[in-house]
Amino acid sequence: MLTLPSFSRVASDWSFEDRWGAVRCRLGGLRMRYQVSPGLYALGNPDSDSPVFVTANYKLSFDILRGALRNSDGWILVLDTKGINVWCAAGEGTLDSEELISRIEKTRLAEIVRHRTLVVPQLAAPGVRSHLVEQRTGFHVRFGPVYARDLPAYLSNGYSASAQMRRIRFGIGDRLVLTPMELSQWLMYYPAFVLTAFIIAGLTPKGVLFRAAWTGGIPLFLLGLISIFCGCFLTPLLLPFIPFRAFSLKGWSVGLLSTAAFLQGAGISPRLDPFLVAACCLFFPAASAFMALNFTGATPFTSLSGVKKEIRLSLPFFVAALVLSVAAVVFSKLRQWSLI
Amino acid sequence: MRYLLNVVTLSFEAEKCTGCGRCWEVCPHGVFVSEGKKARLTDRDLCMECGACAANCQYGAIQVRSGVGCAATILKGALDGAEPSCACGGGTPGCCS
Repeated sequence: MLTLPSFSRVASDWSFEDRWGAVRCRLGGLRMRYQVSPGLYALGNPDSDSPVFVTANYKLSFDILRGALRNSDGWILVLDTKGINVWCAAGEGTLDSEELISRIEKTRLAEIVRHRTLVVPQLAAPGVRSHLVEQRTGFHVRFGPVYARDLPAYLSNGYSASAQMRRIRFGIGDRLVLTPMELSQWLMYYPAFVLTAFIIAGLTPKGVLFRAAWTGGIPLFLLGLISIFCGCFLTPLLLPFIPFRAFSLKGWSVGLLSTAAFLQGAGISPRLDPFLVAACCLFFPAASAFMALNFTGATPFTSLSGVKKEIRLSLPFFVAALVLSVAAVVFSKLRQWSLI
Repeated sequence: MRYLLNVVTLSFEAEKCTGCGRCWEVCPHGVFVSEGKKARLTDRDLCMECGACAANCQYGAIQVRSGVGCAATILKGALDGAEPSCACGGGTPGCCS
């Protein structure tokens, strides 16, 4: 007996859970395990002439797509991208021509629609060889706009995107939504840093003294927070306005200004050992620089060749900053203990 | 926004181009434009080496060593001694946003 191809039904409206899930993805907690099942979904009341939209099985990608298609009927073909969004999946190879071809076959899409057109997100193009998909499945690939919100205009334009719809933007709002993720990623290391700074500040030849650790540690704890704030929030937010092209230099300059401003402004530096001040000025701006360097992966314009070059050039400076700051801490301790 | 200058591996052989239009359609930075009946490479420094143009040029007119410009990924690859692969997977915090 012949069976009909199966699919699930889905609405375009977001429920409270969908909204809360989107927030949690931006904060970082949920984003690596927020998935929908790959397969074919009916949005509204599609028929055999309705358009087919391809997307990833990261639930936020799926939700943004169906939300953008409010009041329209269509088919959504969800590929198995291991829960990764369209662009990252296309870049790392989980969203590729083979997955699209096999998903078309598994869902028996050709029996559901009469036409032979797929709307594939433009940002899937690094993984999808349109000519290969056409040869193997007979489905013609039309690349949609970069942003799902432009889909209604794209559709009413006869599957044509304007030059503006084909450009990725990276405005201040786009950068701002990435900062909670950056902050949470690096704040994970903060307790370990606090413990280390606490021990260093309190260390005497007779052991770790709590009172000295506490009073000496507080400026270091604050400087640690400042360096995370500079590397994960200020630098991403002000990215195009900070001079220098290299992200590490951007992060370093913001970090250095903030560290110096704190040491001066809080009137701390005259009371600190000059070696410890030097260690702070070496370590904290370098930490901001390293966090800023890691922000390259979250931006849509840094190239692999460029980042490799930046790492090659900056790595010796990171190592030097670390070694010298450790040496400066050792010297400041020796002076504190009147050994030199 | 431009990142470092004169580093990208993108190259374009105009004589192989048939003007199919796929490259300027897929490029999110407008690196290719249509001119006459062919593609023209504009500002290479805008290229992020995503590889979309080369993957969709069936005439082999575009070459680029594509990859993800992510420091966490490259450093992880260097530490593992493997080719750079995305550091995001396996539940570890990482780059993809």
